[in-house]
Amino acid sequence: MSFPILSLLILTPIIGALTLSLSSSTQLKNKTIFLSGLWITTGEFLLSLLLPIFYDKSKNGYQFIEFHTWFDKFDINYYVGVDGVSIPLILLTTFLVPICLLCSINSIQNRAKEFVIYFLLLESFIIGVFVSIDLVIFYVFFEAVLIPMFLIIGIWGGENRLYATFKFFLYTLAGSVLMLLAIIYIISKVKSGNIELISDFTFDQQIELVLFLCFFASFAVKVPMFPFHTWLPDAHVQAPTSGSVILAGVLLKLGAYGFIRLSLPFFEYASIYFQPIIFALSCVAIVYTSIVALRQLDMKKMIAYSSVAHMGFVTIGIFTLTQDGINGAYFQMISHGIVSAALFLIVGVVYERHHTRMISDYSGVTNVMPKYSFFFMVFMLSSVGLPGTSGFVGEFLVIMSTISVSVYLTFFTAIGVILGASYMLLLYKNINFGDLKSDIKQLADLTNIEIFYFSCLAFLTILLGIYPKLLFEMINKSISLSII
Amino acid sequence: MLSYKLLFFLPLISTIFTYPFGVLLGEKTAQYFSSTLISIAAILSWFLFISFSSSSSSEIIIPVLEWFFVSGQFFNWGISVNSLTLLMLTLVLTVSALVHIYSIEYMSHDNSKVRFMTYLSLFTFCMVALVVSDNLIQLFFGWEGVGLASYLLIGFWHHKKSANLAAMKAFLVNRVADFGFLIGIATLYIFLDTLSINEIIEGKEKLFSYQINFLGFEINALIFSCFFLFIGAMGKSAQFGFHTWLPDAMEGPTPVSALIHAATMVTAGVFLTVRFSELMVMSDFIMTFVLIIGLLTAFFAASVGFFQKDIKKVIAYSTCSQLGFMFVACGLGAFNIAIFHLITHGYFKALLFLSSGSVIHGVHDEQDMDKMGNLFSKMKITAVMMWIGTLAIIGFPYSSGYFSKDLILSSSFNLISLGPLVYIILAIVSAMTAFYSFRLIFKVFHGNYNGSYDYEKIHESGPFMLVPLLLLSVGAILAGFFLNDLLAGYNSKNFWNGIIFLSQDKQYYSSFYPILSKSLVAFGVGLAVYYYGYNLNKLADLKKRFHSIYNFILNKWYFDELYNKIFVLPLYNLGKFLWTKIDQGIIDKYLPNGSASIVSSISKAFKRIQTGYIFDYTFIIISGFTLFITIIFYISIT
Repeated sequence: MSFPILSLLILTPIIGALTLSLSSSTQLKNKTIFLSGLWITTGEFLLSLLLPIFYDKSKNGYQFIEFHTWFDKFDINYYVGVDGVSIPLILLTTFLVPICLLCSINSIQNRAKEFVIYFLLLESFIIGVFVSIDLVIFYVFFEAVLIPMFLIIGIWGGENRLYATFKFFLYTLAGSVLMLLAIIYIISKVKSGNIELISDFTFDQQIELVLFLCFFASFAVKVPMFPFHTWLPDAHVQAPTSGSVILAGVLLKLGAYGFIRLSLPFFEYASIYFQPIIFALSCVAIVYTSIVALRQLDMKKMIAYSSVAHMGFVTIGIFTLTQDGINGAYFQMISHGIVSAALFLIVGVVYERHHTRMISDYSGVTNVMPKYSFFFMVFMLSSVGLPGTSGFVGEFLVIMSTISVSVYLTFFTAIGVILGASYMLLLYKNINFGDLKSDIKQLADLTNIEIFYFSCLAFLTILLGIYPKLLFEMINKSISLSII
Repeated sequence: MLSYKLLFFLPLISTIFTYPFGVLLGEKTAQYFSSTLISIAAILSWFLFISFSSSSSSEIIIPVLEWFFVSGQFFNWGISVNSLTLLMLTLVLTVSALVHIYSIEYMSHDNSKVRFMTYLSLFTFCMVALVVSDNLIQLFFGWEGVGLASYLLIGFWHHKKSANLAAMKAFLVNRVADFGFLIGIATLYIFLDTLSINEIIEGKEKLFSYQINFLGFEINALIFSCFFLFIGAMGKSAQFGFHTWLPDAMEGPTPVSALIHAATMVTAGVFLTVRFSELMVMSDFIMTFVLIIGLLTAFFAASVGFFQKDIKKVIAYSTCSQLGFMFVACGLGAFNIAIFHLITHGYFKALLFLSSGSVIHGVHDEQDMDKMGNLFSKMKITAVMMWIGTLAIIGFPYSSGYFSKDLILSSSFNLISLGPLVYIILAIVSAMTAFYSFRLIFKVFHGNYNGSYDYEKIHESGPFMLVPLLLLSVGAILAGFFLNDLLAGYNSKNFWNGIIFLSQDKQYYSSFYPILSKSLVAFGVGLAVYYYGYNLNKLADLKKRFHSIYNFILNKWYFDELYNKIFVLPLYNLGKFLWTKIDQGIIDKYLPNGSASIVSSISKAFKRIQTGYIFDYTFIIISGFTLFITIIFYISIT
């Protein structure tokens, strides 16, 4: 295809951001800025819809390929393309970014222009990660994503944002330095940055283990896996709602995407070698963070911890190295992207109205906000993994696939299902049910805009729960190629 | 085909459209809308059942939509039609339709009638999906879906704290059991590579030949998977150990208790066990386990039923106990009789619950039996209905309970050596059932009125509540008589057509046993009449003399306290410990904060460049990238 759709996807937000930054901020009202941001991102979303429409599911390999030489000497090029694994994640990103802007119109008052600009940059970098088939391009985008994210938390975050951003920054930096070293080594060895070529290259076994660990350091922090997860609750609590949404919705998926796209095909031997320790860490993550979530007083922290547990399912699924497992893990990624984003929005709604995130400050909300409780219920149930919602499909497949590895693994993952239900139901009950507190009597129910984006998210969760074939069709072939 | 699909889709349509209709067209329309749809489905199910049982086909599978992708094959949303599923459907849809109609009046003073109807329809849809599924995934969908509906309906009055807690408890206890169910499904899947129920049953020999290593033991794969499937069944059917949620579930509105916690959902465990009967019978261990759990539950729940004060809790414990009976039948290999009792029990227990609902409605939401009495003269029809239900549950001759319960008792002799023992335990439990059932009748309808509500204001319920009662009473009287031959008699082989395991055993036993059991039941009734009809003072003396046993029973064998001590509190404290000591204490201290102090001292050096750390970061990235290119050049040159 000659039409450079992927480059266009990367460039549209950047051009939008540039145009915005050139305009003088004193003349523009906040609302105008957000509206223009919305136009750009919605256009971007529509553009990205072309990908699944024109993607040929029957073919192997990457499509919509664009190739421009960059460092000819080392075969490092601007080489982009997509396959079934990247398209759903791109769609998730382009779908969530407009929602992030929508939910911030009222809450972000100062420096609205910068806010929109950072979000546009963030979007284009994330898409860059998902489309690159060159390791260096991948790395550049992978790291660049952090900058706008970092700024969003650091500028518009809560009181303790400095601590949170610093923690976030340190964790991710440590990981990426190691990954950078590994990339340098790989490129010097393979003499190419092409991901497909590197996949075919066989490393010396000892070296491969080290390389795997270097990549692992970076991805594990992003996922995040136990014990590299403590940055996440702090980052979420301090981030503005939109920041949490994009962080939980897409940024956490970068790590898992890295595992599927790079770690598995590059380091086949090491992936098998390190299977046990990854399972162990993931099981600990599922059980440990679920129990910790049970005792959280802050809604956002609770949902953040639940993210760690849910991503534990993803890493387990990926490293079962079976088709069902990776399918399930991938499904869980998409589902978690939708559901956790929705749950952070849910928290954002009451936070914007009542200015507290403490669970104990709420009670009987359903009496004043019935529509809110309805949507909360849908997302809570999906998070719990109720059949008929997207949350179930991934969890179920992962549990099914674990038993081919070990019965004990099945036990641990299935325990996560019980614990997950405990804290989510507790959260839901404490906030929505019980006596109406006097100081929340005046809370207004959802506005039309809120209903709009919650309906979109709820529709997606249920659609994917009832007709998961939509996603399976897209990913199945590409995933079968990445299995060892 | 279309008519079968209608059974599936009518409840779904009702679920989806009732709420919008309620908003657009008014509450009444929505209530009539959902009741009509479910009633049509119920009538249709009877026609289909009759036409199917007279035809010779054994099973029809109708796919609806492709759903799940596992191990290279798709599993469908679909409808599997056979004698077992159709029989279940008639019960589920009939009781559901009657409960829908009953609720129109029962909930007339409530503010969220439409929400209530929506939940009821949601429940019906999920239950239908559970029953008709031909694969384990859809079954699990229905399984969780009815659990969700149950959760929503128990907590329906969300301002009541007790109701919210009960709803959560129900969901979580069931989740623990579902954990077992999931492991069962996973085991079946890994060995047989399929989730279709029929293929699993066909593969039973293959499954039996595999071993699974668990905690160092070699366990047969069939036993392993059946055991965990049965754990799931125990949770849903509130069997011993998992029973704690069921009595608490009575916090929900009474029609819910009748539909979900008596007639349909709680029998899903029995249904599951029967659906996999061909697998279960292959292992003696499983059968014995099922039998023992059934006996324990039957006895335990009947004993707790003795002294409960809440009218609904008595019936709840009796449900629990009767479910125990059904599992006893399963454990004895008499699966057809388990289903038979499931059906008859469905009718008479729904009757009992709805009658008690009528009583509660009449005395203005009072549930404490100590505050009732002599209601017979005020609500004659309800009282007669309650009497019919009670006679059916104790197995009064030619009522429906008589046929099914007697058959369970006589199946004990499928066991050769221990048969008499099982028989006697069951007979004793039947006597206990008779005792507490009549205790309820006497406390509520006879004697003196002790309540605080104005006696003159107590009134009989209206036609919307009484008509369902009358229809159910027909079922409670006649279901046993009409179904006896079909399900357990000479025609049964044709009827079941290989869908479930049919025991070939012929039981021979002396006529002493039936006489014993019947006199025990009569004794139980007599005891209740003696103490609760005439000699209330003597009862108080007895309670004092045996107060430790009395307290033990009254406190439901202290199960809730035990579970709190063993599971809930430790988990809660562990959560706090892990969070404050590990997450914040260790991980944060050594990983980021430790490195943070180093970095912050270094970063002081960069302070002069700019005030923000953002620039540090970009600086590092840029320098890193420079370093990277430099190294590449370096390598390429050498």
